[in-house]
Amino acid sequence: MNWDWEWTREFSVELFTTGLKVTAQITVFGAIVAFIFGLLLALLRRSKILWVSTAARWFIQFVRSTPLLVQLFFLFYVLPTIPPNIKLSALTAGILGLGVHYACYTAEVYRAGIDGVPPGQFEAATALNLPQVRTWTSVILPQALRRSLPALGNVLVAIFKESPQLSIITVLDVIGTAQELGSERFRYLEPLTVAGLFFLVLAIPASIMIRRLERRLEY
Amino acid sequence: MATINPCSGDLPGTFGDAMPFICDGAVVTAQVTLGGAALAIVLAAVAGLASTSHAWLVRAVARVYMEFFRGASVLVQLFWIFYAMPAITGYRLSPIFAGVLTLGLNLGAYGSEVVRGAIQAVPVPQREAGIALNFSTYQRMRRIILPQAFVAMVPPGTSLLIELLKATSLVSAISVADMTYQANVTVSSIGNQFTIFGIVMVIYFLMAQVITMVMRVVERRAATMVGRETPKRRPPQMAWTDPAPTSAGGGGKS
Repeated sequence: MNWDWEWTREFSVELFTTGLKVTAQITVFGAIVAFIFGLLLALLRRSKILWVSTAARWFIQFVRSTPLLVQLFFLFYVLPTIPPNIKLSALTAGILGLGVHYACYTAEVYRAGIDGVPPGQFEAATALNLPQVRTWTSVILPQALRRSLPALGNVLVAIFKESPQLSIITVLDVIGTAQELGSERFRYLEPLTVAGLFFLVLAIPASIMIRRLERRLEY
Repeated sequence: MATINPCSGDLPGTFGDAMPFICDGAVVTAQVTLGGAALAIVLAAVAGLASTSHAWLVRAVARVYMEFFRGASVLVQLFWIFYAMPAITGYRLSPIFAGVLTLGLNLGAYGSEVVRGAIQAVPVPQREAGIALNFSTYQRMRRIILPQAFVAMVPPGTSLLIELLKATSLVSAISVADMTYQANVTVSSIGNQFTIFGIVMVIYFLMAQVITMVMRVVERRAATMVGRETPKRRPPQMAWTDPAPTSAGGGGKS
């Protein structure tokens, strides 16, 4: 078996223009959903209303214990069949699914960050008669988010790495495109290897950098 | 009242039509999870121990394995092993074997980080006491370090096992007839997506709860063996970060 360099050069252009664009889109928008919805979930979990915090806890627990793939199927195949019959495109369903799945992880990240803020900070805010909203936006969250930064970076890398699962619901990301290229010639070695290397080349340095950041924030 | 076997077709409506297939799939999911876990645990132990070795070459090999298999997701590795590797080796692995192999290799890499972190988190004086008592390197590992490290491995290990369970759904993409695959097949023949995917998600959830409960027993026993009490509740840990070193490993080394 020898490597077809000419074909590799040919398809690499397609792989990195169309496929890469979609993967980047999924990662960026998935991360935005995860970071915002995760913060919301983390705050709901802390709610003083019992049923709200319980519901948030169960939601996080359930989503974290079931496979992302099945959740994607649910969004893509089930939502259109139940009222109000929302039909999402594969890409939208994928971004939402990925975002909500990882929101349940980021909720834990934020929670740890908020728990890490010394209780004195809350007490000081109360003593200064700061309103609830001000306490959170100017005192607690800025400190909590700084602590959460490395872990959020890990989530970002995880979203990037897991984005190929969207290819199973027909999104043509890097892996989806590689699969399609492979099926044209029934030769998967070159496209899948190039696509796999692409993930390694980006994900490994990223996680090494996050580890450095983690150490720097620690001391 | 007669008890009804939930896996037979006796249940009314969609349940009766779907449950026999979903149960078949659940058995395969359980098998793939157990197989993947067995391989992952062995690899995690070997690579984790190797990464604490004094020989730099051994450490480097372990490091390369860990970084390589954590650098891409299970799905990418699965596709590569199943579709691309036959072009190099000349023969195609059976789908279920490819699935177990990939899951074991991938989760083993994450697991070895847990093992390494837990070993490094054991306080240095414990090792020094072993030296002072003239224990051999093996005895020190076996009698002093590992029993303590094992307690610290269980909670992050539990998260990893749940990640493994979830990742088994990906083997459906290479046509292993697991629960996700059976759900898709059943949906395409009888429809009713909501009920079927709903049932499947609940079963995955219950399986994850079983893993959690079993591991809690393991943790309690491991803790009692080294004469410690286990804390009642602990916050869930993230699988892809290195939970042990952040609290103890970092502090222990400085």
